[in-house]
Amino acid sequence: MDWLNAIVQGVLLGGLYALFASGLSLIFGVMRLVNIAHGDLIVLAAYLALSTTLILGVHPFTAILVVIPLMALIGYVLQRGVLNHTLGDDILPPLLVTFGLSVFLQNALLEGYTADPQKLNVGSLETASVSVGELSIGLLPLSTFVVAIVVIVFLQWIFYHTALGRQFRAVSDNADIAQLMGLSKGHIFGLALALSLVVCGIAGILLGARTSFDPAVGSGRLIFAFEAVIIGGLGNLWGTLIGGIVLGVAQTIGGKINPGWQLLAGHVVFLLILAIRPRGFFPRVEH
Amino acid sequence: MSKVLLQTDSLNAFYGDFQALYDVDMSVCEGETIAIIGANGAGKSTLLRSIAGLIKTEPESVRFDGTAIGNWRADKIAKQGIALIPEGRQLFPSLSVEENLKLGSTVGRTGHWQLDTVYQLFPVLKERRTQPSTSLSGGQQQMVAIGRALMSNPEVLLFDEISLGLAPVIINTIYEQLPNIISQGATAIIIEQDVGRAMAAASRVYCLIEGRVKLEGSTHELTREQITEAYFGVAA
Repeated sequence: MDWLNAIVQGVLLGGLYALFASGLSLIFGVMRLVNIAHGDLIVLAAYLALSTTLILGVHPFTAILVVIPLMALIGYVLQRGVLNHTLGDDILPPLLVTFGLSVFLQNALLEGYTADPQKLNVGSLETASVSVGELSIGLLPLSTFVVAIVVIVFLQWIFYHTALGRQFRAVSDNADIAQLMGLSKGHIFGLALALSLVVCGIAGILLGARTSFDPAVGSGRLIFAFEAVIIGGLGNLWGTLIGGIVLGVAQTIGGKINPGWQLLAGHVVFLLILAIRPRGFFPRVEH
Repeated sequence: MSKVLLQTDSLNAFYGDFQALYDVDMSVCEGETIAIIGANGAGKSTLLRSIAGLIKTEPESVRFDGTAIGNWRADKIAKQGIALIPEGRQLFPSLSVEENLKLGSTVGRTGHWQLDTVYQLFPVLKERRTQPSTSLSGGQQQMVAIGRALMSNPEVLLFDEISLGLAPVIINTIYEQLPNIISQGATAIIIEQDVGRAMAAASRVYCLIEGRVKLEGSTHELTREQITEAYFGVAA
């Protein structure tokens, strides 16, 4: 029963990792941009939520109404003002600039919020649980998992059933030709990062509700996001969810064997999968 | 003669340090169809790509309806009503046939062309509309590329290599439809390898050689010999 419990907790944790990862996957899919600052942007969202709760005195989940538009705005301005200038045939400039952004964000957060660990207080939800047989499932991890699925369904819907998604795919296929259709590449990329940071906003709040965070935890979240994307296969959001679950289960089972092995087990499983299936489980098939 | 809609004035175009066009002067009047002929590498595609904004040039070297657009971005030019049907179709592989067509209407210009009218023009596309665009045959892909450009209800259509790599029967179909395509008030510039077809479809031709206009004239007045000479740079 303990093992089953570890697996269930791992699956639910995987939902959070999928949330970390889907925003990363989205912008890579649209503009081949690897955003090294992704984890720090998630942490930024957690701090924005913290400030909102402190200033307005609202529940962290209500703060989402402030955090999401703010993150979307930051995303759009960041893309148009900075990142669009780094995109080109060379893949190095965007990596270096987002790496710099990561360093900048960590230090700005350190300056603004100090290194003290913070937490978003979501009240009784933190400890509430439902019993299924002998299993006890935390309501917060369960709702995080449900949110992850809702977010992925929403992103899939945007990508495959809306004009915006059509434009994302067209620009991703061939940006020059998409411009001939009147699409402004810079604007579309701006919207893509805005959408990615909206997901970061949701992920940041759920992260802050689940564990304590400080300005330095972003890079760890980035690694989990990368691993989930790679395990699932590039360009496939449902694959990313599976990747997150694989990673989450590996960590909880590793932690079950020996509490010190939790993170290590996740990385080892990731490396094993990379060795066996370098393109992940469900890479998007090019047609 | 009706008014000049689109013209280039001493157009120079570059790929990095390489100059592909030298002082090209060309004009096309409202409702007119002209053809650009010339050997491979003569700069025909470069000319269309410069007009469409995929290659930046001096502002004054391309004028559309009196406005200097030489340094405009491609999406802005598309919104003004210039549509390029690029060489090699260049459909979006991630999009279905219908999605490719719909993307053409992103430009936001309304008019005769919409999904219905494009499907009337090329009925086969309606049957294939949910298929991935690149699963179609070359000819059908060319129809999608033409339909996608028409969906923007352009004033000027630029056809780059309209028949390159297509089966003769498909080329015939497309040329049969050409009057219907262009008749909706559009002006057209076509690039065509087949000089005979170019002469039949257009009222005037420009012959480019090594990035320069070598010969220009009405298709009624130019002789085969003149064109051959311009084309190959030697008297036939």
